[in-house]
Amino acid sequence: MKVRWLRTRGRAMVPYGVGLAVVVVLPALLDVVPGIAPGYILYLVSLALIYAIVAIGLGLLIGHTGQISLGHAGFFAIGAYASALLTLRLGLPFVAALLVAGALTATIGFLLGLPALRLSGPYLAVATLGFGLAIPQLVVWQGSWTGGSSGLHGLPLASLPLGAFTIVFRTDQDYYYLAAAVLVVLTIFARNVVASHTGRAFVAIRDSEIAARAMGVDLVRYKTTAFALSALYAGIAGSLYAHLLHGISPEDFTVLLSVDFLTMIVLGGLGSVGGALAGALMLTFLQNALTRLPVVHDFKNLYIVVLGAILILTIAFLPRGLAGIVRSSRLRWAARVRDGASRVDQIIELGDGGVPQ
Amino acid sequence: MLSVTSDIPTDLPWGQLLVNGLALGSLYALTAFGIVLIYKTTKVITFAQGETAMFSTFVAFTLLTVFQLPFTVAFILTLAFAGVFGALIERVVLRHISTTTVLNPVIVTVGLSLILLGTAGWIWGYEIRTFPAPVAGPPLRFATIVVSQLNALTFLVTLVLMTVLFAFFRFSPTGIAMRAVAENRTAAQLMGISIGRMNALGWGMGTAMGAVTGMLIAPLNYLDPSMMGDVALKAFAAAVVGGLTSLPGAVVGGLLLGIIDSVVGFEVPELRNTIAFVLIVLVLVVRPSGLLGKHEIKKV
Repeated sequence: MKVRWLRTRGRAMVPYGVGLAVVVVLPALLDVVPGIAPGYILYLVSLALIYAIVAIGLGLLIGHTGQISLGHAGFFAIGAYASALLTLRLGLPFVAALLVAGALTATIGFLLGLPALRLSGPYLAVATLGFGLAIPQLVVWQGSWTGGSSGLHGLPLASLPLGAFTIVFRTDQDYYYLAAAVLVVLTIFARNVVASHTGRAFVAIRDSEIAARAMGVDLVRYKTTAFALSALYAGIAGSLYAHLLHGISPEDFTVLLSVDFLTMIVLGGLGSVGGALAGALMLTFLQNALTRLPVVHDFKNLYIVVLGAILILTIAFLPRGLAGIVRSSRLRWAARVRDGASRVDQIIELGDGGVPQ
Repeated sequence: MLSVTSDIPTDLPWGQLLVNGLALGSLYALTAFGIVLIYKTTKVITFAQGETAMFSTFVAFTLLTVFQLPFTVAFILTLAFAGVFGALIERVVLRHISTTTVLNPVIVTVGLSLILLGTAGWIWGYEIRTFPAPVAGPPLRFATIVVSQLNALTFLVTLVLMTVLFAFFRFSPTGIAMRAVAENRTAAQLMGISIGRMNALGWGMGTAMGAVTGMLIAPLNYLDPSMMGDVALKAFAAAVVGGLTSLPGAVVGGLLLGIIDSVVGFEVPELRNTIAFVLIVLVLVVRPSGLLGKHEIKKV
């Protein structure tokens, strides 16, 4: 059997290629533009890329498998704390800490997936909400080794051993490339999962659990897989986050952050990896742009109102999010090219089955 | 953090912890009533219940302080406001949301709660205010156990409302119509029941319930846009533990959580929410439709 490491092909690769090119040349571009601090913008982009990793993972769970989570900040926190504690207290190298943090978070995701087997829809939302609230509380409770409410600070610089060399990440630009590289790998991985047998099982579970079971989809296996995968993404992102900021505290991981993640994928489009990516970038920049509005002295209120409005308006008017716009315009275009304009609407209706291409 | 144990010495006997737990638990149960009411009619679990309650309480506060109205008048006006407000939420927002997936209502009510939170912060700010208590006077004493009049009132209100609402859903034509809508939309419509009106009524009643809760919680501690955060989580836990459709279930769940909360909060205050979460998961794993809920059979 021929192993395809890249399942996405042809025209669908174009946006990803463009995205990759932008990622590579962005630091050089920022250096040329006068009047801005490239370091800060790169820091912000890194943050957006890290959130995008969480969003992609959450998208696999909510968008593809139909299992809601309102507590992903909890997984993000576990990844961040595991990585921070491993490097600070045990002196583990960055890469090892990242991998262990990812594995640990995935394991916890798997364990949370077990009770989730018996919970559906709103019940699951309540349970995961509780999970997200509980994690920062547990961190404060175990303050003697987690640093309590003041958090953990002074994380060592991330480094990557490559044969005889060791790359040490010092500047904002270094961390930017690190976050971008991880994001690229995890995006390709997510696209592959979605296009694979596993991804189709996820979608089958989302569309009808009973029908999926009747078709021989093992619910226990795939639901826990979805939880573990999603948690893995959040854990790796958490680890990157801790090292980007060189410090973390329980206040970084509130319920609002879980809602941020949810908004990212709703805005981007449920069931679309590219949408999760776009949603994360847009929301992080929107958040930053709002703090810069001169008229706003009360940023937090404005931000949460905007966040709520995005959630409601997207569900009401764009149930498939930004990815839905792209998809329907692409279908419209393809139909026009192929058959003339008369069959356009019909094709859009038929093609709109909700299954990610 | 909500606390009803503020002025009581730290060396508590179990009886006092139990009574405090019951007082706290009736607040959870009251908040859970709103969630149950809305779920019973519309099959939507609202994540905005805490925030609509908070918003209504601020309205009551404005009526009391800016307009200097007497408590009873302000109370009734707030109930009316909350009823209309809830019905409007249903009419303007939820009626236009496709309910083909269970995710949509969850996402939309989370969005609603954010908008209300931000708007309240905008209008009233985050400074901590004190809300006047509906009853004042010396606490009641039973042997060594002390119960404040407010706690006693809360407990009483919970029991009365539970009975009234239970009877409403069991005996009144409107209550039966609301249950019918939840049970089977098409059949209810064929029987001449207006689904939209029943949904709006469910939201209105649920939001008015929230207003009652808010006005009983605010005097205990303080008034602030985030006042319901903790309570709402426990109310969810209470509603879910009780079975989401059952009012007595919400009371059982609420009181159970209140007692656990009171005891755990006394021993390890940091773990109060964690315990609530563990309890939800445990109950749901053993009984996916809650302690007193009816099991819903999923049809293909």
